[in-house]
Amino acid sequence: MNSINVAAIREDFPILQQMVNGKPLVYLDNAATSQKPEAVIRVLDEYYRKYNANIHRGVYHLAEEATTRYEGARKKIQKFINAKSFREVIYTRNATEALNLVAYSWGRANIREGDEIVATVLEHHANLVPWQVLAKEKNAKLKFIGADDQGLLRVEEIETLITEKTKLVAVTMASNVAGTITPIQRIIDRAHAVGAVCVVDAAQAVPHMPVDVQALDSDFLAFSGHKMLGPFVGILHGKRALLEKMEPFLGGGDMIREVHLEYSTWNELPWKFEAGTPAIAEAIGLGAAVDYLTALGMDNVRAHERDLAAYALGKMRDVAGVQILGPLNPDQRGGVIAFSIPEAHPHDIAQIFDREGICVRGGHHCAMPLHEYYGIAATTRASFYVYNVPEEVDKLVETLAKVRKIFKS
Amino acid sequence: MDDLYRELILDHYQHPHNHGEIPDADISYEDSNPLCGDKIRIDIKLKNNIVEDVKFNGTGCAISQASASMLTDELIGKSLDEIKKLDKQFVLDLLGIPLGPTRIKCALLPLKVVKAGVYGIQTWPDEEDKE
Repeated sequence: MNSINVAAIREDFPILQQMVNGKPLVYLDNAATSQKPEAVIRVLDEYYRKYNANIHRGVYHLAEEATTRYEGARKKIQKFINAKSFREVIYTRNATEALNLVAYSWGRANIREGDEIVATVLEHHANLVPWQVLAKEKNAKLKFIGADDQGLLRVEEIETLITEKTKLVAVTMASNVAGTITPIQRIIDRAHAVGAVCVVDAAQAVPHMPVDVQALDSDFLAFSGHKMLGPFVGILHGKRALLEKMEPFLGGGDMIREVHLEYSTWNELPWKFEAGTPAIAEAIGLGAAVDYLTALGMDNVRAHERDLAAYALGKMRDVAGVQILGPLNPDQRGGVIAFSIPEAHPHDIAQIFDREGICVRGGHHCAMPLHEYYGIAATTRASFYVYNVPEEVDKLVETLAKVRKIFKS
Repeated sequence: MDDLYRELILDHYQHPHNHGEIPDADISYEDSNPLCGDKIRIDIKLKNNIVEDVKFNGTGCAISQASASMLTDELIGKSLDEIKKLDKQFVLDLLGIPLGPTRIKCALLPLKVVKAGVYGIQTWPDEEDKE
C-alpha cells in the first residue's frame, strides 16, 4: 500500500504486545492520545536515570546536559513543522494551554468591543471555550462557519463570515470527531486578506500529516506531543513578530530578564512564555518522537492512515444501521471515524468493544457543539495511527455486528 | 451472552418502566453526566409524603437507563425519608452487574437526580465521593 512497514513499527511499541480481556490489544483511541515507542520511553528513562536536573541555571554537568537536550528537542520540533526560528516554538502543558496562551496574551491586548472572532462548528472545546471567555470579557462577537451533513465546512461562508470586522480566526486543521480536513490554506489566506490573525488548532493534524507553518503562513498553530507518539507536553508555534509584541501569559522564574521589587523585564523568545520549570523530560521525549516520525516520513504516515480510513469506511458502511459522521471521501478526512448505531448508546458500544480488547471512545469527544449541530447526543469514535493494521479494522467491524446483535430490539 | 448486558438490563433499557413525564409533579429534577452527556429528568407525584407516581425521561446508555427504570420501580410507595436513605449499594444490587469506575457514574446518575430532587438541593454529591 505504501512504504511504511507496520509489522516493524508494531514491534517498537511495548504496550501493543499485551492482551486485554484475553484478547490482543487493539488500540483505536489515537485521537485522544497515542501510544509511545520504545525510543521515546527510553529517552524518558534515561533522563531520570542519568541527567535529571533543572535547566537553564545550573552550570554543572547534569544541568548542562538537560538544557542541551531540552533545547535540542525544540530545534527538532522547529524543523519538523518548518518554523523559521526555534524562538517561535514554545513548550506548553498541552495544546489547550497553547490556545489559551494566545487568547490571554494576544487576545486581551488586541480584541476590542464589537470585534468579531470567527471559528467553525467543528472546533474542539479547546479552540472554542478560550474564545468564548475572551469574547465575553471584551464584548466581542463570535461567529461560526457551518458544515454540511458530511462534516465539510461551508466554504462560501469563509468569505461571507470573515470580513473587515474580523480580528481573529480560530480554526481546526482536522476535526477530532468528523475527521474533516479543513481548507485551512483558504481560511488563513482569507483571514490575512481582511487583516485578521489566524489561530490553527493542529492537534489532529501535526501527528498525522506534513505541516509546514511557513507554507501555511499560520500566525499561531497549536498541537500536543502526546498525540504524536510523545509524552504529555504541548507546543505553540507563533510568528516571531507577533510573539515579540505580546505580554507574557504566565509570570515566574525563567521567563524574566531582570526582576526588581516593583517591576520586571522579560526574557527573550521563546522563554518569555515558559514560566517556571517546564516538563523537561517530556520535551526531550517529544524530540525523540519527532525523530521517529521523521524517519517514517509524514507523507507515508498520511498515506497509511488514509488507506486505513478508506478500508474502514468501506467495511463499516456494509454493517446495516451504522451511521458514519464526516466525509465519506478518505481524501477529505483524517484517520478519525466517529459513528453511531441508533439502538445502542456509545458508552455501551465502547464497553462491548473493551470486552474484545478494542479501545474506542464513546461520548462527545470534547466537541459538544458539533454533536448538537448534528442533533446527536454522542458518538463512538475509532481513530487510527501508524501502528494500526487492516486486521484491526476487521475486528472493529466484527464487533460492530456483535453490538447490533446484543442490542437488536 | 455478555454479563454486563444480560437480559434484565437490556429489557429495562429497551422497554423502560415509568418512562415519561408528570406535568403536575411535586418534585422535578434534572441532571447530566458531563463525561458522556447522559441526561436524566425525574418527576415525582406525592400523596401524603408517599410517592404515588414517578416518571423519568432522558437520554443515556443502557446502564443509566436500566438503573432509572429499576430505581423508579422501587420508589413507588416509599416515603421521602425512605428515599433519602437509599444508597449506592441499593442501586448496584438492583443492577446486579460488575461495574468499573466510569460506568458506576452511569449507574448512579438516576439516584443522584432523585436525591437532589427529594432534598431540594442543586447538586447532590457523587455517591462515591462520600467514601
